[in-house]
Amino acid sequence: MTAPLLRVSGLTARIHGGVAPVLPVDGVSFDIAAGQTFALVGESGCGKSMTALSIMRLLPEAGEIAGGVVELDGENLLALSEARMREVRGRRVAMIFQEPGLSLNPVMTVGAQIAEAVRRHTGLAGAAVDARVLQLLEAVHMPDARRRMAEYPFQMSGGMKQRVMIAIALACDPALLIADEPTTALDVTVQAQVLELLRELQRSRGMAMLLITHDLGVVAQMAQQVAVMYAGEIIESAPVEAFFAGPAHPYSRKLFESLPDRVGRGHALAAIRGTVPALTRPFKGCRFAERCDRALAHCPDTIPDWGVVRDGHRAKCHLYADGAAGSAHSAACAAGPQDAVAPSLHTDHPALLEVADLKIHFPIHRGLLRRVAGQVRAVDGVSFGIAAGRTLGLVGESGCGKTTVGKGLLRLVQPTGGRVLFDGADLLTLDRSALRRRRRHAQIIFQDPYASLNPRVRIGDALEEGMLALGVGDSAARRQAQIAALLGEVGLSPEVRDRYPHEFSGGQRQRIAIARALSVEPQLIICDEPTSALDVSVQAQILNLLQRLQRDKGLAYLFISHNMSVIEYMADEVAVMYLGRIVERGTVDEVLRTPKHPYTRALLSAVPVADPSAARPVIQLAGDLPSPVHPPHGCHFHPRCGAALPQCRLEFPDEQAFSASHAARCHLYR
Amino acid sequence: MMHLVLPFRFEWLWSDALVWLLVASVIGFAIYTNARPHLRAPWARVSRSASGLAAATVLALFVIVGLLDSVHYREALPSQDGKAAYATELRSVLDRLLQPLRASREKTYSAPLATHLYAKETVQLPDGGEVRVFPRLRHGGAHLVDPQQDWARDVAVKAFRGLAIALLVWFVAAIGVCAAESRRATAGIESVWRDVWAGRTAVPWRAVLAALGLLCVLIGPVTALAPHYHVLGTDKVGQDVLYQALKSIRTGLVIGTLATLVMLPFALVLGVMAGYFKGRIDDLIQYLYTTLSSIPGVLLIAAAVLMMQVYIENHPELFPSTEIRADVRLIALCVILGVTSWTGLCRLLRGEALKLREMEYIQAAHAFGVSHWRIMMRHIVPNVMHIVMIALVMDFSGLVLAEAVLSYVGVGVDPSMISFGTMINSARLEMAREPMVWWSLAAAFVFMLTLVLAANLFADAVRDAFDPRLIMAGRHS
Repeated sequence: MTAPLLRVSGLTARIHGGVAPVLPVDGVSFDIAAGQTFALVGESGCGKSMTALSIMRLLPEAGEIAGGVVELDGENLLALSEARMREVRGRRVAMIFQEPGLSLNPVMTVGAQIAEAVRRHTGLAGAAVDARVLQLLEAVHMPDARRRMAEYPFQMSGGMKQRVMIAIALACDPALLIADEPTTALDVTVQAQVLELLRELQRSRGMAMLLITHDLGVVAQMAQQVAVMYAGEIIESAPVEAFFAGPAHPYSRKLFESLPDRVGRGHALAAIRGTVPALTRPFKGCRFAERCDRALAHCPDTIPDWGVVRDGHRAKCHLYADGAAGSAHSAACAAGPQDAVAPSLHTDHPALLEVADLKIHFPIHRGLLRRVAGQVRAVDGVSFGIAAGRTLGLVGESGCGKTTVGKGLLRLVQPTGGRVLFDGADLLTLDRSALRRRRRHAQIIFQDPYASLNPRVRIGDALEEGMLALGVGDSAARRQAQIAALLGEVGLSPEVRDRYPHEFSGGQRQRIAIARALSVEPQLIICDEPTSALDVSVQAQILNLLQRLQRDKGLAYLFISHNMSVIEYMADEVAVMYLGRIVERGTVDEVLRTPKHPYTRALLSAVPVADPSAARPVIQLAGDLPSPVHPPHGCHFHPRCGAALPQCRLEFPDEQAFSASHAARCHLYR
Repeated sequence: MMHLVLPFRFEWLWSDALVWLLVASVIGFAIYTNARPHLRAPWARVSRSASGLAAATVLALFVIVGLLDSVHYREALPSQDGKAAYATELRSVLDRLLQPLRASREKTYSAPLATHLYAKETVQLPDGGEVRVFPRLRHGGAHLVDPQQDWARDVAVKAFRGLAIALLVWFVAAIGVCAAESRRATAGIESVWRDVWAGRTAVPWRAVLAALGLLCVLIGPVTALAPHYHVLGTDKVGQDVLYQALKSIRTGLVIGTLATLVMLPFALVLGVMAGYFKGRIDDLIQYLYTTLSSIPGVLLIAAAVLMMQVYIENHPELFPSTEIRADVRLIALCVILGVTSWTGLCRLLRGEALKLREMEYIQAAHAFGVSHWRIMMRHIVPNVMHIVMIALVMDFSGLVLAEAVLSYVGVGVDPSMISFGTMINSARLEMAREPMVWWSLAAAFVFMLTLVLAANLFADAVRDAFDPRLIMAGRHS
């Protein structure tokens, strides 16, 4: 075997500040061979980005590298002078980040920004630079590359900006590309495009890649070698096939068991109890011991050494100490989820909520007199129904209007037209006081757990606010008792009511937000991407909680998400939205197993599946979501559709029914 | 029938009432804040800033002087018929304390610590002849038999005695601080003493004691000398400059605080409303503050103050004494300064409210049908308070300076009211004299600089403690 391109051994980083220095990276070692993709997986805060920044020597000011060796082609990067290191960055090692919008300078054209990198690292000048920039933009498949060179970042979509970032990274053919969550901020269809691009570039240029991600699906698609990080150290390292065939470390297994698509409907997801330990104190045992279900007696006070699971597959766990390996290993994912959830009864309920032709347009004001110059058709004629105790999943990419639908139903934004029948009354025509009386029946949970609680209001007061406003609970004592009960229901102790939001983690805040929504005893809860901002293990806890509450209280959910596997796990019926309209709807099995609309198919095929053997062709969608100000004529999807017919350009298709519940709007099925 | 004749009668000027109302609300706010950890936290950060605490110590001294000058009373006159009669002249507690300075009027200018006047006078000799000499002062150094010989020694001895007493006072204060700290930390007073001087205490007492020490070193000798000399000299009409400077403090503080208080409701209500409601209300408020901030402030202030002056002159029956007249004019100035200076803060608050109204907890409150008023009071106002707090302390020093400028221009406080502005205004002519009279201007300059510098340093500490971006940056690094 040849010497690896990058060898990291015993890398330790220290961040000063606060009470004690933090060790976000603590003795990390791995090798990356030339042309290989190495994935570093872990939940937020485990130190994976810090590892990448340490390799590049780009730690924040308060940070320092406390020990270890980083060798690139046999040269220790940590011993180089800063001037030499600048030569390495960009020329031999390049990096792309999660948020392409923040990495580009908004007042420079993208061409100029790429040219800057080209000039810095190659000797090119004059027209040769422009030629090289054009060549790079074409290499990243930038449509209409010549024109795009003269455009500014704000004129581009997220996917295109990420392509520009990749083009800058490629400016002088680096040997190693560090990609830190390169697609996390992008929609699945765009993510599929960018991942495909990265794969292709890597193949054609023989470039090694350090891929940092939290998404096991992306790992399965991209990587050859995987390392799992937890609390600042690598706890498992394996070739990708071996890892997905049988993750060894109890933490890795838990990660798999908390993936909704691996567990399947009707089963509770695995949740990891407790939280990641603070990285300020030295550890005397296994870092995962206190959260581990399979901890042995000596786990908390003996630091585990690397144990070999199989050839090349190693785990830092006492279960795999010499000789123990065979007995401990089992087909990990088959290890059944603990308590199976009874599948909800499939009976026909009368609709609790009936939405007909809902339209939400936002006027665009122009000029001195602020005349209405156009309309953003965020939601343009959406109809669906939800029965009591059932869940409707609303799927779509960002900008398709799904969140606006949720807010429009509660009149948090004012709908322009249509009807929203709730319990027989049209919510859209009610006056303020009548609407207020109805408000207790429908509530909403938001995406960002940090923005959904007022930092200045105690938990108890936040829960009481809705009860006071809507007259739930006639005395203070009764309300307090109810609040205690609610907190218990979402798995928090009643004492937390006297505390402030900043003392809670994201998952706990989301529980509090759920308790707040429940405080007025609603029949319907609109869940607007409630788990998008959470790690998978925390997502599992929240999804389990929502399932249990639905069973116990007969709640109906409108579950808005861009995450197909979460929708598959949660929803009874699914509606797929594209550019303000529902293009396909049906039961979850109908839509996800036998998708009819080309968009649904593309969406489903683009979702990365945490299984490297699942070789599915990804249907690549051309371009990006069009602007809802000027939606394409005819079928909104036809410019990106592979199967577009001539008439798709002319008229928006009517709904075609495939069964009593399944329907799509597509000319292919006339 | 016996009438009980009190030796004095309290008289509340409007500005006194407002000052004490402000003090009461600050105390109330402190009690409220102390009970809430999230409100207490930034103030705890302020208390850990060495420069902030040192500045607060100096400010506290100014505030004490200002408050002493805000309790007014009338003295009882000796009456024959047993009826209570009180002097027409209003005095404050500070006037009472500074009685020796107040009463010891000279004829005209005299230099700091001088024994003779600054101007020659014709003196008639006992033999009928006339000479032009620098006559002895009536009060300054009047106790010296031979000023030429005794002056330097007398001044040194008095200053040294004052310094010694001041250091003793300072030492007692330092011991007191350590004793309190040792009771809190349950540690020996000696080890606390060492901790304090090594800068190891959570609250930087070292900075406080150092500032206090510096103040004591200055105040001690001055206090010892003041009854016998004019430490900062006298002005054209022979009034003690030190007395004027001390009296100016109240004027500065009143302008700085009351004008901010007048400005605050405008900025808070209009800014939050504009950001929260958007649409037409926002347009209206924006037009209002854009228009207002386009009018030159001095013009508006001059117009308003002159109108107020005319009103006072036309209605003498409403304002029985000169003090009351001056006081009403002071309040009018505060109001007009407040009304013209709310636009900046309003704009900031509008932006913040625009951002906050999209926050999800506010959407959640809408989903509960919580009223607009309650959402603004409960969810928006508490979350913009850090901006308000920063703006309040930053604007204070600006307003003190504005008063000086306006009074200099002649549209500030009443000419009979002592303020930094009027001091500077009168010193203007003195600077042109030959030989130059510099002490009036220098005294105003030093006092105002100290006040404004202390206020600015304190404002910096407050801003650092309240600004979420700075706190976040500190936490991440």
